[in-house]
Amino acid sequence: MGMFESILLTIATAATPLLIAAIGELVVERSGVLNLGVEGMMVIGAVCGFVAAALTGSPWIGVVAGILAGAAFSLLFAFLTLSIATNQVATGLSLTLLGLGLSSMIGESFVGSAGVKMPSLYIPYLSDLPLVGRLIFGQDPFFYMSLALVAGVAWFLFRSRTGLTLRAIGDSHTSAHALGIPVIRYRYLAVLFGGACAGLAGAQLSLVYTPQWVENMTAGRGWIALALVVFASWRPLRVLAGAYLFGAVTIGQLHAQALGLGIPSQLLSALPYLATIVVLVLISRNRRLTIMNTPASLGRAFVPER
Amino acid sequence: MKKLLIGLAAALAVTVSVPAAFAQDKTKACFLYIGSKTDGGWTQAHDIGRQMVDTELGDKVETVFVENVPEGPDAERAIERLARSGCAIIFTTSFGFMDQTVAVAAKFPDVKFEHATGYKTAPNLAVYNSRFYEGRYIQGQIAAKMSKVGVAGYIASFPIPEVVMGINAFVLGAQTVNPDFKLKVVWANTWFDAGKEADAAKVLIDQGVDIITQHTDSTGPMQVAAERGIMAFGQASDMIAAGPKTQLTAIVDTWGPYYVKRIKAVMDGSWKSENIWDGLKDGILTMAPYTNMPDDVKAMAMETEAKIKSGELKPFTGPIMKQDGTEWLKAGESADDGVLSGLNFYVAGVDDKLPQ
Repeated sequence: MGMFESILLTIATAATPLLIAAIGELVVERSGVLNLGVEGMMVIGAVCGFVAAALTGSPWIGVVAGILAGAAFSLLFAFLTLSIATNQVATGLSLTLLGLGLSSMIGESFVGSAGVKMPSLYIPYLSDLPLVGRLIFGQDPFFYMSLALVAGVAWFLFRSRTGLTLRAIGDSHTSAHALGIPVIRYRYLAVLFGGACAGLAGAQLSLVYTPQWVENMTAGRGWIALALVVFASWRPLRVLAGAYLFGAVTIGQLHAQALGLGIPSQLLSALPYLATIVVLVLISRNRRLTIMNTPASLGRAFVPER
Repeated sequence: MKKLLIGLAAALAVTVSVPAAFAQDKTKACFLYIGSKTDGGWTQAHDIGRQMVDTELGDKVETVFVENVPEGPDAERAIERLARSGCAIIFTTSFGFMDQTVAVAAKFPDVKFEHATGYKTAPNLAVYNSRFYEGRYIQGQIAAKMSKVGVAGYIASFPIPEVVMGINAFVLGAQTVNPDFKLKVVWANTWFDAGKEADAAKVLIDQGVDIITQHTDSTGPMQVAAERGIMAFGQASDMIAAGPKTQLTAIVDTWGPYYVKRIKAVMDGSWKSENIWDGLKDGILTMAPYTNMPDDVKAMAMETEAKIKSGELKPFTGPIMKQDGTEWLKAGESADDGVLSGLNFYVAGVDDKLPQ
């Protein structure tokens, strides 16, 4: 395996959890709900995925457990913000705090125990092709799931009738309600989808990235996923680009350090964030485009009039 | 959640401490942790020390800990709450708790404070540290023996003297075996992020190093090394579980005996503010079993360990050149503790520019 190939593989592993969590949150925000609890749902997915895989020995059961745990945890958020219309920002933040605490409790006896690593795909001949073999045919299942999710969400939002309805709800829940669209039901499903994605992203961390459980192992990746959604101005393909840009800068700066180029490491470590800010500034220069893409009802509680 | 727990603990402590006569039966010893007590590294080592206090002193002591306290203003509140809750002695176990510990110590002259790895003292504030660099010197020697390419990768946290000291000691140790030994350094700018630390390990291995060593606290790098069949050293705790076939040894922080000694001193009134810097010979630092290496390398490591313990060998003894080619220590001259604890330059052989 050449160095170039190996660098790309490392970038893919770093970008995948961000991409999965961000694409889920994108759907949630397109429906007009702002769930700041991505970090919490992700860490719950990480711990449940790890525990299930460790107990059964099967990484796939870990994947299912991660998805279900993330979705179940997001149900709490959905109930609070949608059924009893609590403040979305405050509820999302407490979901993160609760997730971090709860995950340490669940995982306490599993710290340091041997993890189960999700094996990478291997297709005879194809995976051994020079240069592209490992990249296209030899990665872990999460990588393929992340790409499928992007394609699926892009199709759903912009090519399907249900997706159009979802976006309409995100732009004006009152108008959608007046048209007889079940706003709350749509939003429940969107939030559950977001939770499932965050849980899947968490499971990637504890089954592929570093197959172990340590407290707070998400280390802020949920927040980066949230930033990526804004960065992408709520467009699925831009989330893909953003996640890989972030991954590339993160890994690239480590390489620059190891090469001993003499650039201050603090500056290099800040690069991924600086790059995010620069792109955000560039995007927001076009006000019309920004307004067009931002779900107009984002973060506003909806209480149907009876 | 965490803040809620601290708040609850403080509230409970206030109610409990009203009957003062009863409270004095037990000495309350408190610990402030930066990470989780099960992090597998730094904080876990401190918590094992705390558990030793419980076993050794039994009913005479009550230990309390607060974990996952971020460095910064939160730490000051957490320390102050502990001080108000009737702790007789408070150990704050991260470099970044330094100024907060100093501030709270000034407000509570009757409470004893001990800050790990710092350098600011007060009449009721002692500092304690371990000569981790002694262990890293041994690791450097092992690395130079085991490496085929003559280059090791070092995952570092923050450019503070303690970390710079470790990097220098590692290189100096390696150069006693292979004068051309090189070290690549990657700064993760975090103490604990398993994913990022693992990325750093992958990057270093991709760039051709065949030994990994870390001064960050998770087992992420050890796991990557194990996966790729690269030899590695554990940090703060024995990480053999993460690399059963690839861990060569680990620096194991052994704080327990020190904590027992200091808490006993509080009980009998002999506690004094001191600046303690113990090493291998005092048992505050131990080496995990030397594994996955040939017998001659093991014998060399054990011999070096014995020489450091007896005081015959001091890792920072000249002739040592700085990275920029100027002379630091003349032949036979040893660096004094004052210089070491403010170390801010590399010795020759480090392939990195020190962030300032």
